[in-house]
Amino acid sequence: MMAYIVRRLLYAIPILIGVNLLTFVLFFVVNSPDDMARMHLGVKRVTDAAIQQWKHERGYDKPLVWNEQAEGAGHLTDTIFFDKSLRLFAFDFGQSDSGRNIGHDISQRMWPSLAIAVPVMLVGLLVNISFSLLLAFFRGTYLDFWGVVLCVAMMSISGLFYIIGGQVLLGKLLNLFPISGYDTGPHAWKFLVLPVVIGVVSAIGAGSRWYRTLFLEEINKDFVRSARAKGLSEQRVLFVHVLRNALIPILTGVVVILPSLFMGSLLLESFFGVPGLGSYTIDAINRQDFAIVRAMVFLGAVLYILGLLLTDISYTIADPRVRLE
Amino acid sequence: MMGFQPVILATDALIYLLVILALAFAWYTRRHAHLRAPWRRVAASRTAMGALVVIAVYVVIGLLDTLHFRPASGEDAQGHARYASEVQSVLDLLATPLVAHREKTYSAPFATHLYTRETIELPGGGQVRDFPRLKWGGAHLGDPARRAGDIAWRSAAGVALGAAAWLLWMALALRRHPGGWRAWWADPGRAPMRTAAWVWLVVLILAGLVLTLAGVYHILGTDKVGEDVFYQSLKSIRTGLVIGTLTTLVMLPAAILLGIMAGYFRGWVDDVIQYLYTTLSSVPGVLLIAAAVLMMQIYMNNHQDEFNSLTERADLRLLFLCVILGVTSWTSLCRLLRGETLKLRQLEYVQAAQAFGVGHFTTLMRHILPNVMHIVLIVVVLDFSGLVLAEAVLSYINIGVDPNTNSWGNMINSARLELAREPVVWWSLAAAFVFMFVLVLAANLFADVVRDAFDPRLRERS
Amino acid sequence: MGDKLPESRILFKTYRPNIRWWICCLALLASGCGAPPWNNPYPRDEVSRAVFFSSFSERPKFLDPARSYSSNEWAFISQVYEPPLQYHFLKRPYQLVPLTAAAMPEVIHYDAAGRRLPADADPARVASSEYRIRIRPGIRYQPHPAFARAPDGGYRYWPLSEGDLAGRYTLDDFPERDSRELSAADYVYQIKRLAVPANHSPIAGLMSEHIEGFAEFAKLVQARQKQDRAAGRLWTDLRPLRMRGVKTLDRYTYSIRIRGVYPQFIYWLAMNFFAPMPWEAERFYAQPGMAERNITLNWYPVGTGPFMLTENNPNLRMVLSRNPNFHGEAYPSEGTEAQRRAGLLDDAGRPMPFIDKAVYSLEKEAIPRWNKFLQGYYDSSGIASDSFDQAIQIGANGEASLTPEMREKGILLDTAVETSVFYLGFNMRDPVVGGRPGDPQDQARARKLRQAISIAVDWEEFISIFNNGRGQAAQGPLPPGIFGYRAGRQGLNPVVYRWRDGRPERRTLAEAKRLLAEAGYPDGIDPATGNALILYYDTAQSGPGSKSLLQWYVNQFKKLGIQLVVRTTDYNRFQEKMLKGTEQIFSWGWNADYPDPENFLFLLYGPNGKVEHHGENAANYHNAEFDALFDRMKNMPNGPRRQAVIDRMVDIVRRDAPWLFGYFPKGFSLHHAWYHNALPHLMANNTLKYKRIDGRLRAQKQKEWNQPVLWPAWVLLALLVLTAVPAVRDYRARERSRAR
Repeated sequence: MMAYIVRRLLYAIPILIGVNLLTFVLFFVVNSPDDMARMHLGVKRVTDAAIQQWKHERGYDKPLVWNEQAEGAGHLTDTIFFDKSLRLFAFDFGQSDSGRNIGHDISQRMWPSLAIAVPVMLVGLLVNISFSLLLAFFRGTYLDFWGVVLCVAMMSISGLFYIIGGQVLLGKLLNLFPISGYDTGPHAWKFLVLPVVIGVVSAIGAGSRWYRTLFLEEINKDFVRSARAKGLSEQRVLFVHVLRNALIPILTGVVVILPSLFMGSLLLESFFGVPGLGSYTIDAINRQDFAIVRAMVFLGAVLYILGLLLTDISYTIADPRVRLE
Repeated sequence: MMGFQPVILATDALIYLLVILALAFAWYTRRHAHLRAPWRRVAASRTAMGALVVIAVYVVIGLLDTLHFRPASGEDAQGHARYASEVQSVLDLLATPLVAHREKTYSAPFATHLYTRETIELPGGGQVRDFPRLKWGGAHLGDPARRAGDIAWRSAAGVALGAAAWLLWMALALRRHPGGWRAWWADPGRAPMRTAAWVWLVVLILAGLVLTLAGVYHILGTDKVGEDVFYQSLKSIRTGLVIGTLTTLVMLPAAILLGIMAGYFRGWVDDVIQYLYTTLSSVPGVLLIAAAVLMMQIYMNNHQDEFNSLTERADLRLLFLCVILGVTSWTSLCRLLRGETLKLRQLEYVQAAQAFGVGHFTTLMRHILPNVMHIVLIVVVLDFSGLVLAEAVLSYINIGVDPNTNSWGNMINSARLELAREPVVWWSLAAAFVFMFVLVLAANLFADVVRDAFDPRLRERS
Repeated sequence: MGDKLPESRILFKTYRPNIRWWICCLALLASGCGAPPWNNPYPRDEVSRAVFFSSFSERPKFLDPARSYSSNEWAFISQVYEPPLQYHFLKRPYQLVPLTAAAMPEVIHYDAAGRRLPADADPARVASSEYRIRIRPGIRYQPHPAFARAPDGGYRYWPLSEGDLAGRYTLDDFPERDSRELSAADYVYQIKRLAVPANHSPIAGLMSEHIEGFAEFAKLVQARQKQDRAAGRLWTDLRPLRMRGVKTLDRYTYSIRIRGVYPQFIYWLAMNFFAPMPWEAERFYAQPGMAERNITLNWYPVGTGPFMLTENNPNLRMVLSRNPNFHGEAYPSEGTEAQRRAGLLDDAGRPMPFIDKAVYSLEKEAIPRWNKFLQGYYDSSGIASDSFDQAIQIGANGEASLTPEMREKGILLDTAVETSVFYLGFNMRDPVVGGRPGDPQDQARARKLRQAISIAVDWEEFISIFNNGRGQAAQGPLPPGIFGYRAGRQGLNPVVYRWRDGRPERRTLAEAKRLLAEAGYPDGIDPATGNALILYYDTAQSGPGSKSLLQWYVNQFKKLGIQLVVRTTDYNRFQEKMLKGTEQIFSWGWNADYPDPENFLFLLYGPNGKVEHHGENAANYHNAEFDALFDRMKNMPNGPRRQAVIDRMVDIVRRDAPWLFGYFPKGFSLHHAWYHNALPHLMANNTLKYKRIDGRLRAQKQKEWNQPVLWPAWVLLALLVLTAVPAVRDYRARERSRAR
């Protein structure tokens, strides 16, 4: 097991290098360092000397991946790519191009992201599972049919409608919650309710339908049938046998997304003005702060790989028959 | 008679290719019983048949919007026909009144007056601030007060027209049916067809209403610069369909090839391909899309002369968006195919083929590919609705289709500001919502049936 | 059996009052009476105090006064930093008055030999001018850790090692504060900072042309910085380094010498670039480890103004609090009768500032911002085009007033034509719209084409659709409120308009088409291709509103039969195009730095060309006569002679039409009844100190406007229960059938 994890972690290194290379190449094809400098220095009265100076201060005056001028290993090491990505591997994100400490910013902005993502996930799980259990309980009846139709209908609505509609209805017309904003401390919950409700509602369709199929599959298995044949009540069958067995795929599904919760939700955060990592990334793209973009991409990739690894491990824990090779 | 010059844009060509492929696939399926069977199951579903009618209507509108041409604009000195530089589609031609009836700014559905007050010069001098009369909407009414009666009358005519067309259609369709329509109506095996017929009735009635009403009113209102919202919604259909279908089409060759190669050859080929898709899927998709869209803009800036007309530029951007979305979404299909191929190559007949020294290529083509095609089909159908929805979100962060392209995403995007107006301008958002919802709902319902019919086991993996 | 009855009775008894209590609660909630607003985004106690609530949409990038050059940054730092001069709050036209200066600067002219010249000397003889500024004594800085002293007399927070910084992440983690008196040397220090290349001051280029010794100083300081870096010092003390033109004369007096005459220089002295900077602060922030912790001058300003930035979390909110050391300033008491009637003189002579705290919340989207204003959670708001009709109605004579809905809420309206211009420019280097250089015939063709387009693009319609009439179609480059602007018939642009019925009327499309035909494009047909003439519009516009905007432009050109191709790109690409001069038609805006015509006409000055000189003349317009007149005009004092020169210049550009002059936006802003002294001022940014808030009224109104509406929640609940009924019935039936 340990050996497997170590191997997987080692395997992550070439992937991360690939991710970095992709990010750097894509970013630099789009924005030359001159563009970045101009963007950062503002619109009015920018001189060439200032641009050169800006690039030099941040080390963007080197070649991207191959340095013609350098000697020996310097071909590869005296470049923007080597300079900047080596530090990423040590999780040293350095300064953003506008001079902020990225590591500190991330550690600050992680919490708002989690404050929305975790309740959305937990409440969503609860709502989806209860709803789909109900559907499974009434399977084959008109309740089940209309429930599924409702799910499909809810799936067919663009997420933007949920957000816009929720803000207008709950925030503006009914005066129940602040329309947008965020706060730390004891006031935070007031701002969280609306995004969390919208986050949960918009995912009910897809989530419930998926859980329903999971439950139905379990219900049709032999051991459930025999349990029912033994005269166990339907509730008992559902809660004890079906739910417990379906928990394995549910949990592994949750584990995959656990690390990505840190990255925050892009849409929710920018609509509600929540200072989380999702809006951090979007802001960085808009402001062309390459230091932040590469840090966030790197972090995203690390978390994704971590998610995959966690899934594999959780499979073995949930089902001892699975062996990691 | 005005001449015209047909134009085939990049996405048009791909759509034609898609249609040809679909026809070829249908023809191939008809000739093979084992392939026909799952489709029979689809055809036996009432939901699927109803949804299919809806999808077909969308597809027909989208195809009409795909037939592009340049109308003749006169003759040059040598007597050769000269063509306008602007590209039109058959749909534009059919909807000419909608295009031509441009108002100044917002007007509500069926309105006769603008939605905003303006300073109007009175004939006798002096000014008054009021809602001006629309140039086109309800212009045929002498007195705007007669509007309600006129709408009622026209609606009745529209419903009658639609119903009559439906009756005629049914009569023609059931002409040869043994036992006449009574037998057809009573046949329990025909229940799916009857659902389709009912949906068709609804469609025809709506078409009748559009015919009688859309010419003289803006049935879904007008937008900020006075364009008819109904027309925009119709034009958006093609964009939605293109994103939903071409994205999968462009990603298919790579996904299939790499997926089955990884599963079949294993070893270092598998390693390289797995590395490739893990790396790609590790990069957050939004960032990848944003970067690629910006890259395309740079390309277009450097090759400005090649895209002279607005339509061509917008079309290329649309195609590019499809390619980018394809690149970010091929990995999941690739992974599925790899897994399936790993299983297949253990099967006896593949092992046997290898033992007989059949070439790798032949084995792949003859034994592996046909047996994973159902997965491809299911993924294509399932991805469709997700992609249509994704377009809207991408437009929100300004990395979607060209702002000049009509699309539901662009409509929703501009509607965000309209919602803050008071009184609220709701019709753009509502129109985008309804058009999108109907298509995505139909697609979802249809996809469900297709999935169940082809491979119920795949449910848990999707 | 006998035991069970009492138990249930007890249960019932204990529950009954509870039920009644619940019913009361529900009734209370449903009616909402007395409940504080649920959707209040602020702590409840702040609402009724003298706290100003506003929003900002974009994170301010730079708060360093040497660097900051945009209005969203100045909104904050102008309350903190105090340059020597400021604009008078009430007087129109705008007038400069002393702020920290004791009097207006004394200007002394010298000739080439260094002899003093009389004040009215011919500008041609003046070799340099000296601005002598005396500041008031006794002004003190806000409390700041950089000034804090240790018991031994040294500085408390200098020098610090990395270890001392452990656990400190914001300025609040340096609890000891102190202050010191403002001195003239601090102003000189800041001027030196402007020259330091590493500070990237946006006006360094401009100032090196004017201030004597500025450019040499930049080289000197760069060399010194290199030495210091090599020696491991992060901070370079600018005090011992001398800039030739800038001198500290005594503790409260300093002087700035500039080359020749530059009458506009005085306006710069009212901008934050010339605010004082205590060297202790710069040294404090330059210590190792500070930048890594985001403790920089760009993040934590230090000034003498009425407010200080006490919370800086631009992802959430920025808070300005009253500076306890503020030197005090009285609300101005000179104003017009109209201003007195509007209540703008109610506070005359009272000590400012009136508010204790200003809270700016991050609000990226327009819809929530507007809704929160209506709910009373922001004290003032602009009006987005889309919410205009809700707020404003335009009377029969075109005067704007508030809708009854707004008036009922007690909301008030302020309007002002902004000192900025929004225009559509032609790139004069482009052969199609600019004409081939050195070919007068072709240039005449291009001019006619530009004139035709000038007539066809209907800015009145633009203003009405996109700005709800909030703007004035421009007749030339100078907006109202700037010297040289002419109103009425005298100010008519004869190329595009004619005078009719006492107001300008746009020339007809027929005239535009005739000009177009004369230019060689009958009906917009390009003879070279036989098709419609294709022109290109380059823009970096994107976002929700852009589609309709771009469509509108296309429609305008279509009126002439010209096909306008919109080339949208990202911001960088657009900038690059502008720098290379590869664009054809573009839109651009200019916001005045100071109220002088020079600041607008230099946008068309040849030697300011974007491509050749990287200046602000984005159209790359070049006209020898115009340029000569500009050189004369810029040094003239305002008066009839200057007006005559300006008139001639404006005539030239009208005929050449390098711009479609576009429009001058009109700013409409709304504020609530509890917000006083909200007079818009287009030049001054330090206006927070004049504002007064009636917190009690605000708290009361917020409560009134934000009663939660709960009945839909009950309806929803009822619906759920209703749908549950058949489910339960179904379940019962199933259980029964199973039991059987």
